[in-house]
Amino acid sequence: MNLVATLQEQFFRWALRGTAPEAVPIRLTRHRVYVLPTRFGVAFALMLLVMLIAAINYDLALAYALVFLLAGLGVVSIFHSFRNLAELCITPGRSPPTFAGADARFSLIFDNPSARARSAIRLGLSGQPEIELEIPPQDKLEATLRLPTRDRGWLAMPRLRLATVYPLGLIRAWAYAAPAMRCLVYPAPHALAPPLCAAREDAGGALGRGPGLEDFSGLRQHHPADPLRHVAWKAAARTEQGPLLTKQFDGGEAQQVWLDFDALPATADLETRLSMLARGVCDAQARGLACALRLPGLALAPARGDAHYAACLAALALHEAR
Amino acid sequence: MKAQTRPPIGTRQSAWLLGAATASCAPLALHLPAGLAVAVAAMLAWRVAVLTKALAAPRPWLISALALAAAAAIVIYYRTLFGRDPGVALLVVLLAMKLLEMRSRRDAYAASLLCLFLLESQFLYAQTMASAAVCLFAVVLVCLTLLIVHQPQLALAAALRRSGQLLAQALPFMLALFLLFPRVSGPLWGLPLDAHAGLTGLSESMAPGSISALSQSDAIAFRVQFEGGEPPHRALYWRGPVLTRFDGETWTGKRSLAPRALTYASAGAAVNYNLTLEAHGKSWLFALELPGLIPEGAYTSADYQLLTRSPVRARQRFEMRSFPDAIAGKLESAQQLRDALELPSGFDPRARALAASWRDELGADDAALVGRMLAYYRDQAFTYTLTPPLLGHHAMDEFLFDTRRGFCEHYAASFVFMMRAAGIPARVVTGYQGGEQNPVDDTLVVRQSDAHAWAEVWTKDWGWRRVDPTAMIAPSRIETNLATALPAGEPLPLIGRVLWLRELRYRWDALSNAWNQRVLGYDPRRQRELLARLGMQAPDWQRMIWALGLLCGLLLAALAAWALRNWQRMDPAAAAWRRLSAKLAHAGLPRRPWEGPLAYAGRVGAALPERGPELATIAGLYASLRYGRGAGPGRVGELKQRVRRFKP
Repeated sequence: MNLVATLQEQFFRWALRGTAPEAVPIRLTRHRVYVLPTRFGVAFALMLLVMLIAAINYDLALAYALVFLLAGLGVVSIFHSFRNLAELCITPGRSPPTFAGADARFSLIFDNPSARARSAIRLGLSGQPEIELEIPPQDKLEATLRLPTRDRGWLAMPRLRLATVYPLGLIRAWAYAAPAMRCLVYPAPHALAPPLCAAREDAGGALGRGPGLEDFSGLRQHHPADPLRHVAWKAAARTEQGPLLTKQFDGGEAQQVWLDFDALPATADLETRLSMLARGVCDAQARGLACALRLPGLALAPARGDAHYAACLAALALHEAR
Repeated sequence: MKAQTRPPIGTRQSAWLLGAATASCAPLALHLPAGLAVAVAAMLAWRVAVLTKALAAPRPWLISALALAAAAAIVIYYRTLFGRDPGVALLVVLLAMKLLEMRSRRDAYAASLLCLFLLESQFLYAQTMASAAVCLFAVVLVCLTLLIVHQPQLALAAALRRSGQLLAQALPFMLALFLLFPRVSGPLWGLPLDAHAGLTGLSESMAPGSISALSQSDAIAFRVQFEGGEPPHRALYWRGPVLTRFDGETWTGKRSLAPRALTYASAGAAVNYNLTLEAHGKSWLFALELPGLIPEGAYTSADYQLLTRSPVRARQRFEMRSFPDAIAGKLESAQQLRDALELPSGFDPRARALAASWRDELGADDAALVGRMLAYYRDQAFTYTLTPPLLGHHAMDEFLFDTRRGFCEHYAASFVFMMRAAGIPARVVTGYQGGEQNPVDDTLVVRQSDAHAWAEVWTKDWGWRRVDPTAMIAPSRIETNLATALPAGEPLPLIGRVLWLRELRYRWDALSNAWNQRVLGYDPRRQRELLARLGMQAPDWQRMIWALGLLCGLLLAALAAWALRNWQRMDPAAAAWRRLSAKLAHAGLPRRPWEGPLAYAGRVGAALPERGPELATIAGLYASLRYGRGAGPGRVGELKQRVRRFKP
């Protein structure tokens, strides 16, 4: 299997002629569409051989004719399968950002310039389930491929594999394409919201008074990321074995959220902190609060609006990204 | 990806597959044991019921059990699992099982392969035009099914169009391979014993009723094409097995038929003809009396039969020559004559007595004795009939004196018996008499219903001479055919009596003859002949392979051109522009990928100042055609012309 995989990889490199990612639109020229018999095709050929031997042995003229007709059919279907795929144009479509762990979606636009429909074209990213397309003649079709994500940052679309066994299933025509497409993967929002940070002195003005620190509103279970000074020590002293509790404060008029990387406990690693901040941005977006983001070497002024939230998340996604 | 390799099969796909399977099995139904055919039909019906949700799909264990039971039944019925018939039966059962358990696309593939295999196996039983048509129909169905398997929503009209296109493109390959694939004669290895079952024709022996049974058969025995004139109908005696031995009931041929050269005293005019013999599973040929040329692979026996070394198991064509007026056997060996006089004792005392009384009366005049016997048939109330009464122990006595109703075998047998009883060497010759001229393609068609038996007597002056006693009772049998010779009310095939049906049959026979000769009879010899006529010198298999490769290469190139044609056709303006760019590139000024027409023309114009204005015009024209509103056929023509004339 390993040898096969290595050979396959070598082949892909050759098949794409080292030009990945390619300029758009990608045309599947005839040089990059490959054809080989399928397992059914091989079985068909073997059967024809047996049938031919029977025709010779029993000297049956019509059996000869049948075998030859079927052989012709097999040869002809090579060209039909090839034509089903060749000269298809692929243009990258949108690829909206996603959160790590969710599926990235790559939408591709398939343009069929010819006067015949392209039937049963199977489309798949390597290692992913395939989808099947039917592209009407002289028409365009948008298809969306999904790919699970794990890490934040840019996710380049892996090699795209197009294959078809249409019309008879005897021959598989296939081609590879590597459109220059990437999807921005935000850090997955952490299960825990980040603690609401105190304003910094230099923030000044209205922002100087951090929201959410005015009035005590209750207690909740302590999370490692909570600042130590918010721990309800008195409550902790009362219940010896109980969990630590954190005092929560209501922001009152709070319309702004400060999300500060440095305010997060240093015990949490980079990814956890970014993930928490992402959660913060999401929460702010959900509540319609203005949020400001401070990362080492980057500060985004508080603002509202989807573009701002997207910018915040993108900053988180790309922060010291590999 | 693994989960996707076995896509399930939907209802529509299953329905089509069922249709294809039914079409593939149907021609075989008659050749299967009835019980098995019914079982297979029931399994297919079950599958239909599953499709319409009337019944649940059978459990896997049930399918396995059914398969085992069917295999066991086949072994019990045929006593073997090998051979033609059990093999075909097994395949049919396999297909039915596959359809019952069909779930995924892989099952559909397996089922369609089985269908195609069964389509070939039907040719083991019949290779008529009808079977070819049925086969083609089934191939179209399989093709449609495969299309629909891969694209379940495909409209029927589109699927039909696509299969038509596929088959039409496959047809030239089929023709090329059919014509040029080097044919091999004879089987590659021993055929199973049942490979040639069910052939009809004359047998090695003759008992009362054996030929009249054949007379009901419309099957064709052979076809003849005369070169030059055709002999008169009454001379068309096609000699087959010669029956010399008689055991009181049955006439049989000699045990050993050693090869002998043909020696005729006086040959007379020759008749040349081609004879296409249908397979009859016996090792004799039929030739007009008396054969004068031994075809390839044949030999003759002492009693002038043409024999082959192996049974005729396929339709075969022979070049023949006969001498109708030849006189044979004037110097016959004593052993031959002794054999032709032998009569079993204890049979037919009355006939023997009559023969002895004639001998006493006529003395040594053999010719007069023959005439007396023929006169006896003519003068007594003999009837020519297909339904003679059954005869007892003294068959000849009963026939000659009591019933007097018989078919040609009765007359021939009784005549030979009487001759032998009177001491004249005589023997029965079976074969065919006459034939039907087909006006459509000018061939003489000889059917099983033309089967006939006559006698040969030996006299010192004439050697062996043919005597046909049937001609005495029913002369029209010899002059025209059986239908006119029989009295009204005799059971005859309908077709012999209705004129327009006969007309229709002529056309059909001519067509089948052409089919047999051109398609089915395309053997190594005909292949060489045809290829030589098409201009191939000394066609042997190497040359055929070369020609085949060449032809297939051409066909592939044509197909490739067809597959690529759509993107060769580009906008004429763009083509002209590309041509110009190519010209300039050749001159060392290639267009850069990002350069528009005007920019390119500007750059090149600067490099080639004297060409600048013309280039600017062309580029302007192209730009307005491509990107502006200045479209028009005249302007495209102008662009093309200017590009053509342009020289960098």
